[in-house]
Amino acid sequence: MHNLTIAELVTGLQSKEFSSVELTQHFLARIAKLDANYNALITVTADQALKAAAAADERLAAGNAPALCGVPILHKDIFCTNGVRTSCGSKMLDNFIPPYNATVVENFEQAGAVVLGKTNMDEFAMGSSNETSFYGPVKNPWASDSVPGGSSGGSAAAVAARLAPGATATDTGGSIRQPAALCGITGLKPTYGRVSRWGMIAFASSLDQGGPMARTAEDCALLLNCMASYDDKDSTCIDREVPDYSATLGDSVKGLKIGVPREYFSEGLDPDTEKAVRAALAEYAAQGAELVEISLPNTGLSVPAYYVIAPAEASTNLTRFDGVRYGYRCEDPKDLNDLYTRTRAEGFGDEVKHRILIGTYCLSAGYYDAYYGKAQQVRQLIQQDFEKAFEQVDVIMGPTTPSPAFKFGSKGDDPVAMYLEDIYTVATNLAGLPGMSVPCGMVDNKPVGLQIIGNYFDEARMLNIAHQYQQATKWHSLAPEGIA
Amino acid sequence: MSIERQEIEKLATLSRIAIGEDTITEVSERLSSVLELVDQLQAVNTEGVEAMSHPMKATQRLREDEVSEINQREAFQAVAPDTEDGLFLVPKVIE
Repeated sequence: MHNLTIAELVTGLQSKEFSSVELTQHFLARIAKLDANYNALITVTADQALKAAAAADERLAAGNAPALCGVPILHKDIFCTNGVRTSCGSKMLDNFIPPYNATVVENFEQAGAVVLGKTNMDEFAMGSSNETSFYGPVKNPWASDSVPGGSSGGSAAAVAARLAPGATATDTGGSIRQPAALCGITGLKPTYGRVSRWGMIAFASSLDQGGPMARTAEDCALLLNCMASYDDKDSTCIDREVPDYSATLGDSVKGLKIGVPREYFSEGLDPDTEKAVRAALAEYAAQGAELVEISLPNTGLSVPAYYVIAPAEASTNLTRFDGVRYGYRCEDPKDLNDLYTRTRAEGFGDEVKHRILIGTYCLSAGYYDAYYGKAQQVRQLIQQDFEKAFEQVDVIMGPTTPSPAFKFGSKGDDPVAMYLEDIYTVATNLAGLPGMSVPCGMVDNKPVGLQIIGNYFDEARMLNIAHQYQQATKWHSLAPEGIA
Repeated sequence: MSIERQEIEKLATLSRIAIGEDTITEVSERLSSVLELVDQLQAVNTEGVEAMSHPMKATQRLREDEVSEINQREAFQAVAPDTEDGLFLVPKVIE
């Protein structure tokens, strides 16, 4: 059952081939047996899942089941879940049990999905390797000595290891696409404002966006149908109709104009990764798409701009963790200042602290214009690059990451080496554009991801394009050794 | 660009994060290497370029000034480290 896609599971559940309770038991048993190898989950919610599954079976029997009724999924531990610990991968929130559901969690509940648990992640979503999690790193199911990517590494590894058919994730600078690429699954970061951020613990509010992870584009469409919504409670959510993302999957890519940015195939790209991505482009050409070389000249500035804007916004967002209203509090504070400074020193890990300090620096008196103001201007230039490109082409394609999964500890000492892992992904966050990663090859038995960048609110087209590729190739259906 | 010890101490105060004496050098090195990366921005000519705050230039929505949330004090305080009589407790501020 764990090798079936979400689309197949929906059919199986509705035709009573198996029940949601059976399905849920099957995945819970896999988690119990296998997750010790991956550390993909922080919390398993077995009792709640079985109860939800029984309720789903009743609705299925009554014939009034909603879209994802009875389908087991996982939530990244950044989405608040009523009554279930939501840690954000941090000691700061190790004891935090939210009294409410995130809108995304609510949407899945309405759609009848069964939540198996909460996935591991880099602390407060700050990382590209899952090494910053308070709960220890997640291991890549394809190579246990290598990272799964981050920050949504737990969601990606769990889907790759068939511990769940799909999972929620979030992406601030590549946190859906990079782990999807490194774990050989499909992941989509929607347009900024497409998915509600309410109840999604904030990292960098002008960049954060939730999205789905699954093995196929068809499944991501099913998840996004439920995840995307307009929400009054998120002031940056865009009020725009949510299309049926499954409806156009079958459209042809004939005549599609694919922009291939020169800057995404330059120095630093692993030659074998390039070969895999070029082969994917050739497959599109074979299906009748047209490849157009384009330029995104400010690509090189995206990482520097990102590492001003994201830490600046994080330093503001994370002031709320003060040891007063919820979360961790230090022992025996001697006064209020000691309570704040020690709670934060003990509750946050190193990477989070460093980013708060950087952000504070960039926002402090005398530096604001030179750093934050400047970065926001550069951000405009980066967006203009994309605007010009989309006058010529329908979508943009390139590698998701410069190379396949790297080994644990290999970028540990140098934060900048780790940050450059995001070189192809951060620009889309800065511009607010949707991006996705689709498995497109293997290098040394490690997956390679093809990145597809679309114009604003073009998720349906991107999913269609990815689906057409997956109809013709098998990369998305490969399983790590010992999984199938 | 390197970052002085004094500056680290100031940032620690501003961000309310205690930094141990033994880690100041390490923190300073890490921050300096990140600042070196972001300093690439300084060379960019951005004259006349508007700072971007929202990708779709959306503005904040307004709503009617009506009560939209119910009081859930007990639920919210159930997760607090320390409370008394419906109040959040912190160490004494005024003697």
